[in-house]
Amino acid sequence: MKLKTALTSVALAGSLAAVSVPAMARDTVNIVGSSTVYPFATVVAERFGRNTDFPTPKLESTGSGGGLKLFCAGIGTQHPDITNASRRMKKSEFEMCQNNGVKDITEVKIGADGIVIANSKDADQMDLSLRQVFLALAKEVPDPKGGDKLIANPYQKWSDIDSSLPNKEISVMGPPPTSGTRDAFVEIAMEGGCKTFDFIKAMDKKEMRSVCHSMREDGLFVEAGENDNLIVQRLAQDKDTLGIFGYSFLMENANQIQATTINGVEPTPDSIADEDYPVARSLFFYIKSAHVSVIPGIKEYAEAFTSESAWGDNGYLVDVGLIPNPRNVRMDVAKKVRNLTPMTGNEL
Amino acid sequence: MTNSRTQAEIVRQSLKRRYRKERRFRLYGMTAIAVALLSLVVLFTDIIGKGYTGFIKTTMTLEVVLDGEQMYLEDPTDKDQISMADFQAPIIAALQRYFPEAQSRKDVRELSRLSGNYASNQIRDLLQAQPERLGTTQTLEFLVHDTVSVYVKHADNPAYSIRLTEQQQRWVDELVEQGVVTTSFNDVFFSRGDSREPSNAGILGAIVGSLLTMLVTLVIAFPTGVAAAVYLEEFAPQNKLTDFIEVNINNLAAVPSIIFGLLGLAVFIGVFGMPRSVPVLGGLVLALMTLPTIIISSRAAIKSVPPSIREAAEGIGASKMQVVMHHVVPLAMPGMMTGSIIGMAQALGETAPLLLIGMVAFIVEVPEGFFSSATVLPVQIYQWASSAEQGFVELASAGIMILLAFMISMNGLAIWLRKRLERRW
Repeated sequence: MKLKTALTSVALAGSLAAVSVPAMARDTVNIVGSSTVYPFATVVAERFGRNTDFPTPKLESTGSGGGLKLFCAGIGTQHPDITNASRRMKKSEFEMCQNNGVKDITEVKIGADGIVIANSKDADQMDLSLRQVFLALAKEVPDPKGGDKLIANPYQKWSDIDSSLPNKEISVMGPPPTSGTRDAFVEIAMEGGCKTFDFIKAMDKKEMRSVCHSMREDGLFVEAGENDNLIVQRLAQDKDTLGIFGYSFLMENANQIQATTINGVEPTPDSIADEDYPVARSLFFYIKSAHVSVIPGIKEYAEAFTSESAWGDNGYLVDVGLIPNPRNVRMDVAKKVRNLTPMTGNEL
Repeated sequence: MTNSRTQAEIVRQSLKRRYRKERRFRLYGMTAIAVALLSLVVLFTDIIGKGYTGFIKTTMTLEVVLDGEQMYLEDPTDKDQISMADFQAPIIAALQRYFPEAQSRKDVRELSRLSGNYASNQIRDLLQAQPERLGTTQTLEFLVHDTVSVYVKHADNPAYSIRLTEQQQRWVDELVEQGVVTTSFNDVFFSRGDSREPSNAGILGAIVGSLLTMLVTLVIAFPTGVAAAVYLEEFAPQNKLTDFIEVNINNLAAVPSIIFGLLGLAVFIGVFGMPRSVPVLGGLVLALMTLPTIIISSRAAIKSVPPSIREAAEGIGASKMQVVMHHVVPLAMPGMMTGSIIGMAQALGETAPLLLIGMVAFIVEVPEGFFSSATVLPVQIYQWASSAEQGFVELASAGIMILLAFMISMNGLAIWLRKRLERRW
């Protein structure tokens, strides 16, 4: 008899789940997307939840591509309202959205993420190309004698790579693999330099990644732990060492260290925001306008994100490491958020 | 004679070797157990050593003057004024009473960063709840900033890096000496959901999420599993189809758990349009995952009921249904429950299938029901362990301790049930 009641309760629970769900309204904003934007978005979401009467938005870190796929799947409470991306939406993704009925999308460019290579102010400022960065730091590099062969990195001095570079030992300190800075550095700088070799570029994606993403382990590249402050201190003491860290640390320690220019471009908030500086990427989120009137808090969250106290030059997101957009860009984007100006698809 | 003597001799000669062999075999066994125990000890010391500080919070008790003029606040019931008021000002003023020299912009900034990011919210909430307190002096306890907490708790630990400036360190030392900054039991950890700030983060959200999810799993998997086992064992005809089903159930028990997540994504979200990240969905997926375990253990329990019981019941004229419901199932129940609890404990520690259905997410609010977004204990631990902030290291280990406590109590319950209800024939 117990079994009978149990069985009915199962049937009941099953039908309840199947029937009542689609009709269920949702009062929490659902956000998916990039793991790079995640640390910024979670901070905004938590503050938004604490400082307003809206519930704290729910955030899933799915990666930019995964987020856009979920986002473009359709309209309805089971689909997310906002997706974060550490790159711009692709034309194909925009079309997928359109085909699934996600017509009006507002693009919000929140700022940028830049990584600098710097040394002590007492030393000479260096200029490197991404190719030179790759050759100096990779575990395996193309044989300098020529041919499409990879050998263990033979370069000991910068001048071994290119005679125009200083005749000094290669010595670079950087973040450990657990760090997001490391991820971005490896993905943008190392891979960028690596792909300048045609035969590596021609490899299949997985193989190419394992070549491009492996840092050398023979002691010339030192992992310095999560503490970027320590790297800065060491750089000040040892002027032949270069350090890799997020742009915000360069800003805070501009009296002690100077940035290496990459391809001749100095990292400044402007060059990073414009993507002239190569080791930088813009960060975005996309709002599904059709959801704004249905789920409370979407627009308010976006406005909180784009308020000066958050993404401004002295906002709390800068403390977490965001590089703010230039002020005029911020004004434009904030206006787009207020009016929920949809993308036309031509800008992509 | 000679022959048998040689045989005895052969035996005697080989005896030593055989004893040696046995001793060696025992030694292997003991080594295996020692290795297992040692790794367990290492694991526990590591977790407890790292995690016990997670149960300690660092707070500062300040006498704050809730001066309306300083906060730009005349009427705490006015929403516009609340949103524009500066609730950090009273905290800075209170700290400046200890350090009157901190007046420059930079010093004030550094001083302000000693208090937690949400300390000002505490003042706002107080004034919103009790507007009459405006203008009074209150003694309030604030959480300190995470960098301060790390400094107070781990100043001597080289694994932690101190991110305070030298001036801030001096200030904190002074405040600790004066008894303003103190450590106490971390009740925040047990009363809140997740946060991006380690000192504000709690595990309650994950505990409630896990309980709700497990409840759904239990309600679905246990009756279904038991019914399937009873039918297969007692009523199903012995034919190819039954064999086929049996083989498949056994195979299903060995399927990697992520497959069930994919199934949940495709069927529950894709076809039925269920919302992501809710305990009902997680419970359904985990129920599918535990079902084979429950069916297999329930069948084993039913099989172990001696045939004499059935025969006796049938002998006094009970129908097949009566035999099963009145005798077999009640007698097999302890075994079934044990199997189910083990299966549930397994489900409690699962993250892989939940990844795909959106339960690996940043969720601050403690879930209120089966349809509100939730995360579960192992996911919360994973998220803390992968966070960059140093304070999360100890929270991750503290979370592991909580999860282990749940596991041990569930397994303990299974053992107790078995001891208590099991009958021997």
